Amino acid sequence: MIVARRPDEVGVWWLSWLAVLTVVMAALVIPALAHAEPVTAGSKKFTESVILAEIGRIALEQAGVPAQHRRELGGSRILFDAVETGEIGLYPEYTGTLRFEIFADRKLADDAALGPMLAQRGLALSRPLGFSDGYALAVSAEAAKRYGLTNLSDLARHPELTVAISNEFVDRADGWRALSAAYGLGAVKVRGIDHDLAYRAIAGGQIDVTDVYTTDAEIAAYKLVVLQDDRAFFPRYDAAFLYRRDLPAQAIAALNALTGRIDEPTMRELNRKVRIDGMSETDAARVALGLSAQAETDTRWSRLVDRTREHFALVAIALGLALMIALPLGIAAARLPRLGALVLPLTGLLQTIPSLALFVMLIPLLGIGAAPTIAALFLYSLLPIVRNTHAGLTGIPPALLDSAEALGLSRWTRLIRIELPLALPTILAGVRTAAVVAVGLATLGAIIGAGGYGQPILTGIRLANNGLILEGAIPAAMFALVIEGAFHLLERVILQRRQR
Amino acid sequence: MACSPRFARLTAMYELDAVRVSYGGVEALAPTNLSIAAGETLVLLGPSGSGKSTLLRCLIGLSPFTGTLRFDGEPVRDWRQVRRRLGYVIQEGGLFPHLSARGNVALAAREFGWDTARIDARIAELAELVALDTAHLKRFPAELSGGQRQRVAMMRALALGPDVLLLDEPLSALDPVTRLRLAGELRDIFARLGMTVVMVTHSLREAKFFGGRAVLMRDGRIVQQGAIAELQQRPADAFVAEFLAAEEAL
Repeated sequence: MIVARRPDEVGVWWLSWLAVLTVVMAALVIPALAHAEPVTAGSKKFTESVILAEIGRIALEQAGVPAQHRRELGGSRILFDAVETGEIGLYPEYTGTLRFEIFADRKLADDAALGPMLAQRGLALSRPLGFSDGYALAVSAEAAKRYGLTNLSDLARHPELTVAISNEFVDRADGWRALSAAYGLGAVKVRGIDHDLAYRAIAGGQIDVTDVYTTDAEIAAYKLVVLQDDRAFFPRYDAAFLYRRDLPAQAIAALNALTGRIDEPTMRELNRKVRIDGMSETDAARVALGLSAQAETDTRWSRLVDRTREHFALVAIALGLALMIALPLGIAAARLPRLGALVLPLTGLLQTIPSLALFVMLIPLLGIGAAPTIAALFLYSLLPIVRNTHAGLTGIPPALLDSAEALGLSRWTRLIRIELPLALPTILAGVRTAAVVAVGLATLGAIIGAGGYGQPILTGIRLANNGLILEGAIPAAMFALVIEGAFHLLERVILQRRQR
Repeated sequence: MACSPRFARLTAMYELDAVRVSYGGVEALAPTNLSIAAGETLVLLGPSGSGKSTLLRCLIGLSPFTGTLRFDGEPVRDWRQVRRRLGYVIQEGGLFPHLSARGNVALAAREFGWDTARIDARIAELAELVALDTAHLKRFPAELSGGQRQRVAMMRALALGPDVLLLDEPLSALDPVTRLRLAGELRDIFARLGMTVVMVTHSLREAKFFGGRAVLMRDGRIVQQGAIAELQQRPADAFVAEFLAAEEAL
């Protein structure tokens, strides 16, 4: 009223703006997530799964069913849960995985027994696509020659070999333990490794043996020798689409029409096109369906814009929600020391939960995608904001608090006009910390299908494509720097005239 | 200022009856009886830790106390309403660093719903009263000198036209020249406005300068009260004599 725009009012204005922005973002994003209901195909986080899901999506669209594809959502369990709860409508799955992992405790006699199990859950398996992507162990050509390895049973004679296998294969019931028992490999030491890194490790000579999928493109590219399964240990992993029975009839028909279209050499060739030649999964899928490969429709720039929008939305919504909760919580904690003694350690405790664990823990509650990611970022943002709000308010010199009270100002006026503006630099520092941490953590959201800068990083790791990794990593770092800089500037503007 | 009890009751601004302050078992102010007449200038004198600031803070409701405190004849129920009639100035002013001088002065008037025109008129009037260059009103406290800050603090305290001015060592942080000049101006202002003034100081010279009744305190108790000359002529005990002599000597 007296002086139009004081620096502290700019700060308060800015904080409220952030909160408003959040609501607007939520209003824009949430309906977009909930509203349009195309059939959603999901894929696991390896190339073949992405290509197959893309084939499924295109086949549905050709049959006139609107479809979308949420890529690289995680491992088998996450995908199965997602299709069971209806978060996705279908995903490519293998009969062996269903029998030995998903329904491992049921000890199903054969693939035919899967039908009723799936039907109970409102699910069904399409007719087989025409290839089996089974497990096998492979060695480098050099090691095969040196040790005379052709069969899996040969491994038992060479416990000195370095064996590194996929983390998932180490853990699963039909994985290493069963294999080791069948072939008497108890003396062989084994460690877990990311499947995509295993090829580089074996090419570099750091490891001798790893597990492969029989359709992996790299088998040929890295000149690996697949060891023969001479005791018929590995079951068949026939690929098919696992879908919800409530999908539109023409969607189900379109999936079943794909039967026999993709044999093992075709699949290996598709994998090679993507992983070695750098073709997009969409184009590989189009080739498989006899369509012409489109020129890449999305340029690096348009991808960047999309990723930035997704990433910004994740961070802004989480931060806005955190502000709306943490600011009042911090004020309450400063006013009521007993509440503070409870709230501060509690928010601190949240901070100690490993981020990956928190993301995954939230999946059963909130599903996959943006919601659990926002929830995780929100929880992590609470501590710095609550703590700094508390610190800022309790750090105000008592003489100033007395002066405000002596003027006869109401509690509310004191809070809004005196205490919050005085605490503002400290509060902003907390918001800045929360924002920078959230920008970094949000990249993890891609693992559970939230998109953002984590998506190209994830895909880049899968395809061993450093360019793609940087396409996510560099903007994420820049984003954090911009936020850091913007807050710095804001703090300086606010403090400019307060201190000399 | 010896008054008959009946007369005191009629014109007393403050009446304290067994007002006592203790923090966690430590007695900061022993049960105190004190009457402050309307229009009087009262100086609370004593060494640091003697309870003089605590007593002053009781007069504006900043220290929680037991006992009875009457303001203008009524026991205080709502301090916020009473504070509209009080002005409070502390050492170094206690100005809010995030507000301009003008913002500081206007704060209370805004709270009590004055419109801009009225506030502007009042600020111009006050600036003249405390001899502050109006160009300084746009500045922030950090951009003002110590003397200018105390002038702004006076303006803030006087903004609503209070009946009582409570000052806690308002001159202590100033250099001697500024201090002397401001002391003179303050004395003139008190005389002009005819307000009740209660001032805390540890300086005998300041107490003498402002005149009026002095209340000498030690260890949370009033030791002696009266005009300074009276105290010097008839000190109640060795402490009073020693305190006054020491203040005179240095």
